[in-house]
Amino acid sequence: MPDAPGLELIRQEIERDLPGSVGGTSYEHGCAAMIVDPEQILAVLGWLKETPGQNYGFLSSLHVADYLPAEPRFGVHYELLNFDRRERLRVKAMLADPGEDALPEIDSVTALFPTADAQERESYDFFGIVFRGHPNLTRILLPDDYVGWPQRRDFPVGGEPVTFTYNEHNRG
Amino acid sequence: MASDVSTKGFVDDPTSEVMTVNVGPHHPATHGVLRLVVDLEGEVVRELRPVIGYVHTGIEKSCEDKSYWKVIPFVERMDYVSYFFQMEAFCGAVERLIELEIPPRAKYLRTLFLELNRIHSHLVWLGTTALDLGAISMLWYCFRERDRILDLFEMATGQRMHTRYFQVGGVIEDIPLGFEEKCRSFVEDMPVRVGQYEALLDRNEVFLSRTKGVGIVSRERLLELGVTGPLLRAAGEPWDLRKTFDYLAYPEMDFKIPVGTVGDNYDRYRCRVAEMVESAKIVGQCLDALPEGPFIAEDRKYVLPPRSELPTSMESLIHHFKLVTEGYRVGPGEIYYAIEGPRGELGCFVLADGSSKPARVHFRDSSFVNLQAFRDMAVDSYVADMICSLGMLDPILGGVDR
Amino acid sequence: MEIEKRDPLLAKQVTARDMLRGDLDGADLERYVEERVVTTTFEKMLNLARANSIFPLTFGLACCAIEAPISIVTARYDLARFGAEALRASPRQADLIILSGRVSIKMAPVVRRLYDQMLEPKWAISMGACSSSGGMFANYAVVQGADKFMPIDMHIPGCPPRPEAVMYGFSKLQRKIMGNPDQGWRARYNAAGTEEWARGGPRSEPSAEAAAAYEEARELTLA
Repeated sequence: MPDAPGLELIRQEIERDLPGSVGGTSYEHGCAAMIVDPEQILAVLGWLKETPGQNYGFLSSLHVADYLPAEPRFGVHYELLNFDRRERLRVKAMLADPGEDALPEIDSVTALFPTADAQERESYDFFGIVFRGHPNLTRILLPDDYVGWPQRRDFPVGGEPVTFTYNEHNRG
Repeated sequence: MASDVSTKGFVDDPTSEVMTVNVGPHHPATHGVLRLVVDLEGEVVRELRPVIGYVHTGIEKSCEDKSYWKVIPFVERMDYVSYFFQMEAFCGAVERLIELEIPPRAKYLRTLFLELNRIHSHLVWLGTTALDLGAISMLWYCFRERDRILDLFEMATGQRMHTRYFQVGGVIEDIPLGFEEKCRSFVEDMPVRVGQYEALLDRNEVFLSRTKGVGIVSRERLLELGVTGPLLRAAGEPWDLRKTFDYLAYPEMDFKIPVGTVGDNYDRYRCRVAEMVESAKIVGQCLDALPEGPFIAEDRKYVLPPRSELPTSMESLIHHFKLVTEGYRVGPGEIYYAIEGPRGELGCFVLADGSSKPARVHFRDSSFVNLQAFRDMAVDSYVADMICSLGMLDPILGGVDR
Repeated sequence: MEIEKRDPLLAKQVTARDMLRGDLDGADLERYVEERVVTTTFEKMLNLARANSIFPLTFGLACCAIEAPISIVTARYDLARFGAEALRASPRQADLIILSGRVSIKMAPVVRRLYDQMLEPKWAISMGACSSSGGMFANYAVVQGADKFMPIDMHIPGCPPRPEAVMYGFSKLQRKIMGNPDQGWRARYNAAGTEEWARGGPRSEPSAEAAAAYEEARELTLA
């Protein structure tokens, strides 16, 4: 991982080229993370990938975490990896829940990293996050007609309670 | 269900030769419940759309409902031939979150079992892939070795598969007497056996013509698609997380990483077979260098005390009670920890919110990402080549669907 | 002896006639026939044939699939000794479906369709905890037991069950096919009368028919 001073250097350089994009940085448990404005995510990731000193050209993982009850609720994580320097960098874009039936939106990074194709579909499937510009944003793991976003924190786990003797006459 | 998947282009034209065929989800060659919607022009594959989700189990959602040590058996069952790897990814992630050092003996034991599991996974791959290609007797030979590995697992952990052996802090039990000699005899036999497999397949005209020059994807395209593991190494990129990042006892092990040149199915086969031999070497070195000491960390806040202490020490009893009923709490934080699984980078993301249950567990499964390369491997080649590429891709649908 | 040297055909005829034992009579003849000839009903013969030549479907869903159907056909836990080595890929040609693994909600209609495509007589074994009852996965994505959408003949517990357990379940199914299913343990151990009823509550007393049947069963086993 880039260590804490290295992370600050990266932040300063990004701020110079793309002002206002980086919201904060954190360095804990040996991992470097950067919080980024979701509207500029394509620009930031492109900068990290193409700038000669950075070369974070491999997207290891794209996943979403639901931080309910903290706001903004959804954090889209991009785990970047630099092959030559063997460093990992996490970029987080925080999205708020627009409320009612609207779905949070963010730009898709499939143009920069084709590996994000299936992973963005998975995030859409489980959290309902729309990736603008994705070639085929449909459900991937759940049945196509499933209603609901299961991995959101307020969606129930499901299943049915186990039948014991004390409650079997309730279950028929 | 075929109507859900859009068929692009010229399929609506009744005079064209292209026919859309559904392969799976129940099919002998699909290595699990994978469904492929294939546009065929004669025998040539023009377009390929994998449809997955037929064994989606909601493991990641279930994990949010369970205390940390209960997550371990859940997470094992994702990629069901490499269960030790999932345990290591999760336990390693949680250990880094709570900053718990595991004792050296536990590191070596974990490395030993991980490498045994790698050999196990490659044996299952070799048996089933050779079965798909028609070399049916390979299945029996590979599974003979696999049963020996499972005997070793059963000796040490009590279960053949899904052993729940790794715990946060180390391993749950030490290896029993007799394990070492049985393991050593296995390790000595392994290169001989691999030589026998190679003798069966390497000079087989049919096998060679079916795998050489087939399913080539360039290294850059594989990197774009996020593919890691033996697929990437066969294409010429010497990237292996065991060598690049230090974790467990790998820095002290002396092993090579097989790297291919062309990136066709034959190279992938050779890479994995060579990896089996290297893993056997690592297991032998682990046995030689196994240090004495505790097999699990001593920190009673996260690790169960040994049962012998319970009748005498009140504190141990309280720790035991708290750990079993509520489980240990992990302070707020998040981490992504990746290891080298048999199919590539297996990463685990854990988000902890200070309670005794994780707030989010996500696995970056290697088969899920590697499956995106399948289209590139199979398009514009024959159906038989597609089946061969699917075997060499080695997807495990439990990991793909989670 | 002299007959054999003189005329081999006549010698064979003489030995064949000896087997018919025209000299036996009555009870001796009956015992002689019983020792050498099996008589049975056509039904039982058919069931014997069906039980000992089952064609399983190559159907694996998840982790249990590595133990069966792959591991039980390998040399250590050989399924061929029960006559069931011919695993068929097409459901039209198979008569046993072993549900090895968790049945997710997306896969359930596919499994049902496969089961419907199989021809009678057909049997289903639900192997492992996940297909018997949802297993450890009590969540939105797994069907809590394949019983919910198809009839199952045999449940094998375990996660995953050892191949030996699968063999035991398989041989139990064979006995069921042959028409003498294994008795439940209450009949085997004379334990009628150990059933539990929920205590208290408005519906905790058994219905009149159930109570009568219980009394009858108790009488029969104690007799």
